[in-house]
Amino acid sequence: MTSLALGPALGTRLGRINPVAQLAAIGVVTLVLLSSLDVVTPAVVVAAELCLLPAAGLTSPRDLWRRTWPLLLGASSVGLVNVLLSEDAGVITGVGLGLRVVGLALPGVLLVATTDPVRLADALTLHWRVSTRFAYGALAALRLVPLLVAEFESVRLARRARGVEAGRNPVARARLLGGIVFTLLVGAVRRGSRLATAMDARGFDSGITRTNARGSHLHRRDAAFVAGTVVVCAAAVALSVLTGAWDPVFVG
Amino acid sequence: MTTPGPPEAPSLPGVLGGGGGSEGTPARVVARGLGVRHASRRAWALTGIDLVVEPGERVLLTGASGAGKSTLLAALAGILDAEGAEVTGELTVDGGEPRGARGGLGLLAQDPDSQLVMTRAGDDVAFGLENAGLPADEIWPRVDQALAAVGFPYGRDRPTQALSGGEKQRLVLAGVLARRPSLLLLDEPTAQLDPPGAALVRAAVARATADRTATTIVVDHDAGPWLPLVDRVVEVVPGGLVEHGAGWRPPSRTAGLHLPPAVDGPVLLSAAAAGFTYRGSPVPALPPTTAQLRSGRTLAVTGPNGTGKSTLALLLAGLRAPTTGRVDAAAELAAGVRNREPHRWRAGELVSRIGTVFQHPEQQFLTGRLRDELALGPLRSGEHATAARATAEALLERLGLTAFAEANPYTLSGGQQRRLSVATALATAPRVLVLDEPTFGQDAATWRELVTLLAEQRARGCAVAVVTHDTDLVEALADDRLAL
Repeated sequence: MTSLALGPALGTRLGRINPVAQLAAIGVVTLVLLSSLDVVTPAVVVAAELCLLPAAGLTSPRDLWRRTWPLLLGASSVGLVNVLLSEDAGVITGVGLGLRVVGLALPGVLLVATTDPVRLADALTLHWRVSTRFAYGALAALRLVPLLVAEFESVRLARRARGVEAGRNPVARARLLGGIVFTLLVGAVRRGSRLATAMDARGFDSGITRTNARGSHLHRRDAAFVAGTVVVCAAAVALSVLTGAWDPVFVG
Repeated sequence: MTTPGPPEAPSLPGVLGGGGGSEGTPARVVARGLGVRHASRRAWALTGIDLVVEPGERVLLTGASGAGKSTLLAALAGILDAEGAEVTGELTVDGGEPRGARGGLGLLAQDPDSQLVMTRAGDDVAFGLENAGLPADEIWPRVDQALAAVGFPYGRDRPTQALSGGEKQRLVLAGVLARRPSLLLLDEPTAQLDPPGAALVRAAVARATADRTATTIVVDHDAGPWLPLVDRVVEVVPGGLVEHGAGWRPPSRTAGLHLPPAVDGPVLLSAAAAGFTYRGSPVPALPPTTAQLRSGRTLAVTGPNGTGKSTLALLLAGLRAPTTGRVDAAAELAAGVRNREPHRWRAGELVSRIGTVFQHPEQQFLTGRLRDELALGPLRSGEHATAARATAEALLERLGLTAFAEANPYTLSGGQQRRLSVATALATAPRVLVLDEPTFGQDAATWRELVTLLAEQRARGCAVAVVTHDTDLVEALADDRLAL
């Protein structure tokens, strides 16, 4: 949610790659990372992904940390839990699993960090025939996320003003948070239905086939991007097999 | 007020079809004996409505909160829930059902944030044209034309998040106008904007409807500002409509208002060079500010948006800690608490000493019944249940809300919610009241009631601080002024 609220950095080099090409590349990476349990494959893939950071405009450590801390937290806990709790998993397996989580999630972070959600919806509806009702509906809903973040703070303060505060008691804290979330949900539902009325009044989903003013074009660089991803993944697998680390998940 | 001239031809050939009325041809609206009753309500929301609006006319539909303006607007827009409402009489747009004329409808509602869809200005205007199936090369000229028509000062690439409320609302209007509606409905389009933002939107409406290619109906309880740009004024009253003649002016809301005077008392709360900066932000939300709240007097805090008025209210209310300077309670106010700084008080200590009313009442409601809502503060400050219940009943009586004692606060009208949120702050009889835009979007009756209520609190020795854009409120109530 926080990385969504941060919004995309526009005008980056990675952002010029069509979102469906980015999604196709994510598909390739996911397939490869989920097919082996070794450490070499994800290490190569993550190294290649890190090379894309400058192209995504994520050069300052601060920006990078703000966008990736939940992911890094998740990856290190997955690695650690496996090392500590599994009898046959060694440190190498733990590192491999952690790297795999990073390798799977980092492309998503890159996509969110560089892609205007409108271009994503355009690309999905034009190239992959995703329903416009779904794509632009989701887009409209996405706009409301930063509003919710701001509202959370007002509702919390309003509760203190009414004499309601949790103090240090964890149960009271959980109850208070639940109450705040409920108030936010009520507000979100009301705002959502107003938004639906407004979209309806502007002819959304009225049965007429929708046109697209911006279009979404696939270029040679998009094909090159997907091909490059395939090459990197193939190299990772080849290296893994040659070093004898390859440990396929699907063994007949 | 003038009679409308013949509608001028649209400057671009029409493209959008629509059930009722083709593009660029203003609609004719006829209501005969219209009545609407919402399901599960005994009373009719609207009765005896007779109205003819000629093509190209600009009509203001006014009336008090709860008079049925919104219901009439929903009926005109064809968005009355077919199963949820019982309709009598007749209502037509260009001779047909309003529901069938929705292709030619343009609707501008209150809250700009729940009307924008896209992340960039131009894309948002294009949204309605894409929905109409217009070819891409015809869309952009019309987007530019619509943006120019409302006087939008930025390019198509402007991110919508970077716009002020008034600018957003102008953008929404451009998106509505780009579809060349034959009937333009404006539902209190300035109710959530500050005065400069509201003026921007009215100017844009005036400019965009001057060519009379759409029939325009504005719904607003605040009639005054719209008078220069409409041809007729129609007021919704119980039992029907009243047509006001040329030269009609809405009654002044301050006329004949007799308020108990201020009483001079000691300082209860003071801010000494108190400022606030959000973590990680390079600029302060509130630069160091000095202010004093005195018993029996009202301090009005005014100034344009973004100068930190609401932030100052949060500091005075003990809801945020100042990042520079101090906010201190006088010994009299802090009696019974060890600390002088309100932000260090426990919530239960705060609620009986400083009452706060937020800009959006619904963010403050905590229970499912009005009666419980009013008893909550007294209970939290340690009062006995019987006493708390008695306080709640007295307040319900005082505010004329006894009939709603069992109702859920969320089901009240905007004006009733506002009165309730003030009442919840009064329930603990605090010595200090802090209110953020208490009269925002309220009709004349609610306005007078709120002002009277605040003046009564002042007279009993309460120190009142109001953050407001409302010049009438400042005029009626302010004893001390602070312009940020």
